[in-house]
Amino acid sequence: MGEALLEVRNLAKSFGALRATDGVDLEVHEGETLAIIGPNGAGKTTLISQLAGNLRSDAGRVRFAGEDVTALSAPRRARKGFARSFQITSVFPEFSTLENVALAVQAHAGHSLRFWRPAMSDPALIEPARQVLKEVGLETRAGVIAANLSHGEHRQLEVAMALATQPRLLLLDEPMAGMGIEESERMIALLASLKGRLTIILVEHDMDAVFRLADRISVLVYGRIIATDSPDKIKLNAEVRKAYLGEEA
Amino acid sequence: MKTRAILWGAFVLLLAALPPVALELGQPFYLDLVRRIMIFAIAAISLNLILGYGGMVSFGHAAYLGVGGYAVGILAFHGFDNGLLQWGAAIGGSALVALAIGAVSIRTSGVYFIMITLAFTQMLYYLGVSLEEYGGDDGMRLRTRSEFPLVDLKDPVTFYYVVLGLMLLSIFIVFKLVNSRFGMVLRAAKSNEARALAIGFSPYPYRLAAFVIAGAMGGLAGALLVNHTSYLTPDFMHWTRSGEIMFMVILGGMATHAGPVAGAFAFLLVEDMLSAWVPLAFVREHWQLFLGPLLVLSVLFFRRGLAGIFGKHDG
Amino acid sequence: MTFILFFEQLLNGVQLGVTLFLMAAGLTLVLGIMNFVNLAHGSLYMVGAYLMVAATQWTGSYPLGVALGLAGTLLVGMAVEVAALRPLYARDHLDQVLATFGLILFFNELVAIIWGRASLYTSLPAWLQGHVELLPGSIYPVYRLTVIGVGLFVAFVLWYVVTRTRLGMLIRAGASNRTMVAALGVNIRLLYTVVFGFGAALAGLAGLMAGPIYSVQPGMGELILIQVFVVIVIGGIGSVRGALVGALIVGIVDTLGRAFLKPLLGHVISPPAAEAAGPALASMLIYLLMALVLAVKPAGLFTSR
Repeated sequence: MGEALLEVRNLAKSFGALRATDGVDLEVHEGETLAIIGPNGAGKTTLISQLAGNLRSDAGRVRFAGEDVTALSAPRRARKGFARSFQITSVFPEFSTLENVALAVQAHAGHSLRFWRPAMSDPALIEPARQVLKEVGLETRAGVIAANLSHGEHRQLEVAMALATQPRLLLLDEPMAGMGIEESERMIALLASLKGRLTIILVEHDMDAVFRLADRISVLVYGRIIATDSPDKIKLNAEVRKAYLGEEA
Repeated sequence: MKTRAILWGAFVLLLAALPPVALELGQPFYLDLVRRIMIFAIAAISLNLILGYGGMVSFGHAAYLGVGGYAVGILAFHGFDNGLLQWGAAIGGSALVALAIGAVSIRTSGVYFIMITLAFTQMLYYLGVSLEEYGGDDGMRLRTRSEFPLVDLKDPVTFYYVVLGLMLLSIFIVFKLVNSRFGMVLRAAKSNEARALAIGFSPYPYRLAAFVIAGAMGGLAGALLVNHTSYLTPDFMHWTRSGEIMFMVILGGMATHAGPVAGAFAFLLVEDMLSAWVPLAFVREHWQLFLGPLLVLSVLFFRRGLAGIFGKHDG
Repeated sequence: MTFILFFEQLLNGVQLGVTLFLMAAGLTLVLGIMNFVNLAHGSLYMVGAYLMVAATQWTGSYPLGVALGLAGTLLVGMAVEVAALRPLYARDHLDQVLATFGLILFFNELVAIIWGRASLYTSLPAWLQGHVELLPGSIYPVYRLTVIGVGLFVAFVLWYVVTRTRLGMLIRAGASNRTMVAALGVNIRLLYTVVFGFGAALAGLAGLMAGPIYSVQPGMGELILIQVFVVIVIGGIGSVRGALVGALIVGIVDTLGRAFLKPLLGHVISPPAAEAAGPALASMLIYLLMALVLAVKPAGLFTSR
């Protein structure tokens, strides 16, 4: 299968006495969708933040595309091809939907030390932004101030912003959280359309979504990966069922 | 959109028509008052760039008034009256000081940022006090106004129009800046820093650049102010000055283009009214006793500022 | 001779340091626990000084004046907290700065109306006026020694309260993690008022002790307040230990700088140049020190987080 796009070795982070992640090993290959599941408090969001560079790890290494990125800050990693969504919606609320995405395009394009020309009439930013909005199905909401979007639309916008940075690796922290059935379906369809084109790490509680989208599943419990396998095998894994699915084995 | 353009047009016309009217009525005092207000408006416009659009609560904007003022004053003291040289030194010097202060303080945030900008400004204030050669605590008189080819600032009306022009230019510059790519990053980092980081922006250099630009514009206001008062004292940099400029921005409405101007007019007119026009001698003498609670109330109940009355934020 | 001069200036520095500490201790706790920027902390210092002067003149007794000054500042502090500051806790730092700035204007003017704008000087009782010989050939004012003693004593009491009592445990927990204290089911509002009143009384104590040394005048609080900010930035927000160390450093550096920088510079550069640059540099010294600390440790020397 060749070298992994993302290679994580022995990653750890503690908050005081609490070990949020405790020696996590991961390998994700180009084009693969890896889902990370686990009970609440297992350390999933901490892990995503460590991968994205928002949290400094206590120990361990992260290699991305053959390069050690452990010491890089979040913006530096973003420019290397990392993109993330947040568990709690995180957009630029005062800006319009289109501006949110155009900012992400601009972040990827560099050239931000331009002081004079209006950014929002610059086709180099606006056209790719519109393209991405179309892809996620938000094109009719381009002019709406982001604060006024619905919850489901916020989630779509987050994915749009991640896509606009033309990432190689997408880190999605519970993109389906708080969504209704219809919204969830739309999100699953969107993510399915990205599958294969992008490498995705998906943290999600919605098991239906996970089993439909994931190529492999890792189970995180108390900060440790206790199993990584194909969805079918994970379903049958007794240890996983006991620790996570809550069934009596 | 249309109403806003009309309001702006009317405002500019009104300001442009003031000198002939005031002189006709034999009230040159108003010329002086409005010129002073417009100079502070420039300072407030520049603070709005970093405070309103950049989210940096700088409690030290008077520092640049001081640096700009001292640049002009010191050059004039040594016999250099050329305005281009003086104002260039004022703008460049303030930019350099802003670079030094910003480089240290922008690494921090929140309360630290407020305290540090205040502390550095106080340092410059004490520096001014200790410059015995330039009058120390008492300050010194500016021998003559800055001298330019073709333009004679000694003529109060000419000086008035120069200040008006520079104020409009400042509004335009900030308008262009905040809508440029640079401004987008600056505002995005204020709006949601975690998100800005996640898409790949490192806010520090953009914030620092904005801080330096604001400092340079503040320096220009300082150069104008010393020409206006013809007198230079460390009080240009007094910490209450910084607070007043901040109040102008808030009172008018942060992150709006009209806000700082409206705020400067409102603040200084209220100050002027309390201290000179109110018929009660007690109020005139102790106007700060009334201004203080007025400011507290405006913070508590008038959060959106004057520009908020006319509508939403513009960017 | 130079050693004795140095020794005396060092004591002066310590005396300024403990004054700064009394101010900084309350302010840093208010900042750490309530996340509240209170510019009017300097006004409480001023109020303490004025009340002491007035009460001493009124009662004719210095100890009574001190007691009334302290109690009065405590009351003023609590009244300000309840009337003006509470609505601001939920606001952002900018609103807090602006509103307390308005309070400063009010207090300075109020004081000027009641007592006038001219400086007031207070006379100390005879038993505080003398000098003692600390070292052979070095005599030092009893009053300044008393200030140092009181300051260090308060520091000790504070240390005891903060590290050894239940209230102190709450204060420490609150300074590092506000939501946790709320989760413990503590009456936050009461804790805030207690801490604020505590801080106000300490500021008043600093003011009424500084009164006889410096002049008592409107605006005296803000001059020291900004130095106190430097102390807190150096020491780290929310840390009483940081406040003590920072205050002593700032007090000593400032005092020694003003005393010795000019003659020292005179050895390096020409005396006329030192004459000009010395005072300028001395007045900037603590701010440069602050910049240096920030460059190395942006969150201060003692971080509570």
